[in-house]
Amino acid sequence: MQKIEAVIQPSKLDAVKDALVEIGVEGMTITEARGHGRQKGHTEFYRGREYSVDLLPKVKVEMVVKDEMLEKAIQAIITAARTGKIGDGKIFVSKVDEAIRIRNDERGEIAL
Amino acid sequence: MRLSVVKVFVSLLLVLMAGGMVLGGTAAMAQTAAATTGTSTAGMSDSARLSALEKQQADNATAIAAAQSAGDNSWMLVSAALVLMMSGPGLALFYGGLVRKKNILGTMMQTFAMMAVITVLWALVTYSLAFGDGGGSLHAFIGGVHNAFLHNVGLTPDKDYAGTIPLQTFMIYQLMFAIITPALITGAFAERMKFSGMLVFMVLWAIFVYSPMAHMVWGKHGLLNASLGGMFPTLDFAGGTVVHVTSGVSALVTALYLGKRLGYPKVPMPPHSVVLSFIGACLLWVGWFGFNAGSALAASSLATSAFVATHFGAAAAAIGWSAAEWIRQGKPSALGAISGCVAGLVAITPAAGFVTPMSALWIGLIAGVVCYLMVVKVKAMFGYDDSLDAFGVHGAGGTLGALLTGVFANSVINPIFGAGKPTGLLEGNGHQLLNQIVGVAIAWSISIVGTLVILFVVDKTVGLRVNEEDEREGLDLSQHGEEGYDWAH
Repeated sequence: MQKIEAVIQPSKLDAVKDALVEIGVEGMTITEARGHGRQKGHTEFYRGREYSVDLLPKVKVEMVVKDEMLEKAIQAIITAARTGKIGDGKIFVSKVDEAIRIRNDERGEIAL
Repeated sequence: MRLSVVKVFVSLLLVLMAGGMVLGGTAAMAQTAAATTGTSTAGMSDSARLSALEKQQADNATAIAAAQSAGDNSWMLVSAALVLMMSGPGLALFYGGLVRKKNILGTMMQTFAMMAVITVLWALVTYSLAFGDGGGSLHAFIGGVHNAFLHNVGLTPDKDYAGTIPLQTFMIYQLMFAIITPALITGAFAERMKFSGMLVFMVLWAIFVYSPMAHMVWGKHGLLNASLGGMFPTLDFAGGTVVHVTSGVSALVTALYLGKRLGYPKVPMPPHSVVLSFIGACLLWVGWFGFNAGSALAASSLATSAFVATHFGAAAAAIGWSAAEWIRQGKPSALGAISGCVAGLVAITPAAGFVTPMSALWIGLIAGVVCYLMVVKVKAMFGYDDSLDAFGVHGAGGTLGALLTGVFANSVINPIFGAGKPTGLLEGNGHQLLNQIVGVAIAWSISIVGTLVILFVVDKTVGLRVNEEDEREGLDLSQHGEEGYDWAH
């Protein structure tokens, strides 16, 4: 089982969700996040004071998938989220030791 | 069984109503005596006819006065409510949105506490200090304590103050001003003032700064009272000096005394919700009609003048600030627009019932630009942490407005010195500008001296500023044991 964490542009959330559901990934957790990579921020003005804001709004999509699904899921995310400009985001993959369904104690891949 | 009980009850009610109508007549249900529509004088002697007509005349005069009072009183009660709305939620939201999340409740509580505490204080003593007539040899400066506990403040009008409304209406209307004035000061010491210290400070400020200033400008025998023959008649229709200069200058003094917030100016402290401030500002704009037009103390054409001037001042100032910002910074911000509108409302406050609509546009435009520069340039130049720009908007705007009143005041709008007598500079009376300067200077002086003394006293007794840990944690938690926003639920 592999965990995929994808930090993407908020405007790409719907496209990414639809693409994942289409290939059979049914469970995911989505959080509002702020961050940046090499993307520069912007300045905001309040009552004449300049504030440089480098924490930009992002969305983080997390999911745990079967090993066989990993590449398909990654490709689905990339196709849906890419614009070609700086700020598109990143995907991180890590191994998951265990998955458990709280409702009925199911463990392993069937819990996904 | 139940139905017959209902039938009996309803029948009884109908009988009582019918009986009341027959026996009492409309007089029993009317609020005031109805004027008789006409007396038939056929077949009466001349003297009898005369008597009948004289009585008719007297009845009509009473009815007219009653109608006048009804109109004036209803407008004044509505105005009082509008001014209270300016404090809560107007100012509470406006200021609340400008501070950081962790201080939202603390900030709103400061204004709300004024709504409660100043009210009680007013009833006990400060109304008397401001508007009483018991000042004796000091009656140019203070009203004395003859009206403490609202003694003799009843429902009959006081013809020096407002001859067509109950004195209690006047009292409650003025109370709303007494509430918002100290609330405005809270903007300067936002995010770092102890709640307990603030309460003591405000009580003393209300007694020693607000009451004397209000008395001098609006009270009987007041030194600056333009309507009642003061020595230096200062034209201040709705409180440019009494409310805005005093609060704004006192705000600056407290900001300097308390010092800057931790991390200021390096750490960014942008408003956590311009949305809340926006709502607050709009409530302030609408409420200000009560503040300015209500200061006509009657539902008169003067109230109309003040209403129009107020609105035009607000609009022109919003444009002025936004235009200045657009030029200087490249984009007109929402925060700038609403700040501009408030600056305009402040500046038009002393002028509202004295100037023409076109003059109001000028006053607003000038105030919008001047206050913008005060906030973005002057504040940075001197480096003081007037957190929510109480001085930049109210102190500066109020001073500017009071001086511009001396320029633009026109006897056509308000013949305060007598019909046809030139009032302001542009009408040919340059002397008035000097009086305005005196009034403004007194407001500055009493604010600086009074506030410094009170700050010192409170600092050494109760303490003024929160400690460092409490400031970092935020006022909501440290002062009130609450969180304004609970993300976990």
